[in-house]
Amino acid sequence: MNTSAGIVSAQHAVFDTPFIFKSGAVLLCYELVYETYGVLNADKSNAILVCHALSGHHHVAGYYADNPNNVGWWDTMIGPGKPVDTNKFFVIGLNNLGGCHGSTGPSSINPETGKPYGASFPVVTVEDWVVSQSRLANLLGIRQFAAVMGGSLGGMQAMQWSLSYPERVRHVLAIATAPHLTAENIAFNDVARNAILTDPDFHGGNFYEHGVVPTRGLRLARMLGHITYLSDDAMADKFGRSLRSGKLGYNYDIEFEIESYLRYQGDKFAAYFDANTYLLMTKALDYFDPARDYNDNLDQAFAAARADFLVLSFTTDWRFSPERSRTIVNALLHNRLNVSYSEISSAHGHDSFLMQHEHYHEVMRAYLNRIAGEFSS
Amino acid sequence: MSSHDPAELAAARPDFAAIAAWIPQGASVLDLGCGDGSLLRYLKNTRKVRGYGVEISDANIVACIRNGVNVIQSNLESGLSGFESNAFDFVLLSQTLQATRHTEPLVQEMLRVGREGIVSFPNFGYWKARLDVLRGNMPVSEELPYQWYDTPNVHLCTLHDFEDLCNNHRVHILERRVMTGDGEIHLLPNLLGSMAVYRFKRAV
Repeated sequence: MNTSAGIVSAQHAVFDTPFIFKSGAVLLCYELVYETYGVLNADKSNAILVCHALSGHHHVAGYYADNPNNVGWWDTMIGPGKPVDTNKFFVIGLNNLGGCHGSTGPSSINPETGKPYGASFPVVTVEDWVVSQSRLANLLGIRQFAAVMGGSLGGMQAMQWSLSYPERVRHVLAIATAPHLTAENIAFNDVARNAILTDPDFHGGNFYEHGVVPTRGLRLARMLGHITYLSDDAMADKFGRSLRSGKLGYNYDIEFEIESYLRYQGDKFAAYFDANTYLLMTKALDYFDPARDYNDNLDQAFAAARADFLVLSFTTDWRFSPERSRTIVNALLHNRLNVSYSEISSAHGHDSFLMQHEHYHEVMRAYLNRIAGEFSS
Repeated sequence: MSSHDPAELAAARPDFAAIAAWIPQGASVLDLGCGDGSLLRYLKNTRKVRGYGVEISDANIVACIRNGVNVIQSNLESGLSGFESNAFDFVLLSQTLQATRHTEPLVQEMLRVGREGIVSFPNFGYWKARLDVLRGNMPVSEELPYQWYDTPNVHLCTLHDFEDLCNNHRVHILERRVMTGDGEIHLLPNLLGSMAVYRFKRAV
């Protein structure tokens, strides 16, 4: 039942037509790194695009031959016999433009200067990503996706697909996401950005040429983010008030298990993630707001959409709460679009969407089987 | 119920055919407490409705998705506040009325969200139910398959009771069909009918 997509390898797509960002900025050429799982059928109707969230990338499922421990970030969901069954679907994962896992981003070399883009890399929006993803689809000969799916920021891209390219996506799976961030969400992102921006090693985004990394800022940003991805209950369950040494030390060292856990997560993240990419991803989150062009009327924003939707939320997700998903569902209902919605009971907060959960996976499996029933394999 | 054949479904649930007969082709329908989505699927196949179900149970959400119908997971008891006024042509409550706690407000909500409401429910005034009670036991039958201690039915009623509710709360009954099995009952319906289907709208 639960088998892996097996050994996978990343591929590179090079684009030498200029990319014009929503901001007006231009990138003359760029690269996107991606992976695929399963086989594209003859009429190219079984493709699913998986969009990643803030810290995600193209390695969605399977593992690498030279590093079997490096398993894709959504491997629980995607593979042969899994809810997103790669025996039926051709699944694409990519690293978004501006990322730091192989696609052109702030840490890539700017061919015009021979130096990393750094602070000069354009601010990217969700709309920009969807355009860049559509170019990858063109390259792969995919005219219409069977589905575009994602959680959190990935769900925003999936929704944007239905607005930017209504005819190119049959189903949108929007998981643990929101029609736009709340002020509180933006506030969290701003604190995270400030941690990076005020790190003396940040050097205005051009830290590469100084041979340093704003590790302290990145670590703090990740620690803060991590708190918001978990639920109070999950944290209480996992760590409670446990002390590492079993007794109070009356100092400011790491004492509580939760402190140890957060610092570990922060250090791990700061060791591989690019600070400029982090800034850019949080900004894309803050900017996403399809209703903005329609006097904040989300119903009107979704009037362009033609896709069928599956919207999922998690009971303990306070960063992207079920109410936010209900707002999306209502806008879809008002546009008489096909939509199903489930509020999954889970203790794990926003991170639930990445976890193994029987009912969540049953819902996904049922919905994806329905999609698979619509094309000939 | 897993059958996808409309004829089989109609035979198994006689209220399905009665409900479908009142719904014009292509209508928009909200089915409250839609279970596994059988009715919506039936209406989709026979009436080409644009339908949405509302369900609370996880298992039924999965069943609805398997049945190929839209379903929104939500608790009916917390009202229909997520749904806009006049959003649907019909709001259905099939064999669910008797299991709702806030029954009267729900009937009002049905008529806020939809132009017309349709309910079906088992008739507690059916002679076999009365006989069971006369004999000293709560009725257990095909329509009321539960024991008193495990029944989800908290608001069982007779045809008279439901019609009183409507009269007292500005709900105008447009049509009624009373059945026993798949036969329609015209004579002494509150006594001889085991199940009733009503179509109603807001009284002006």
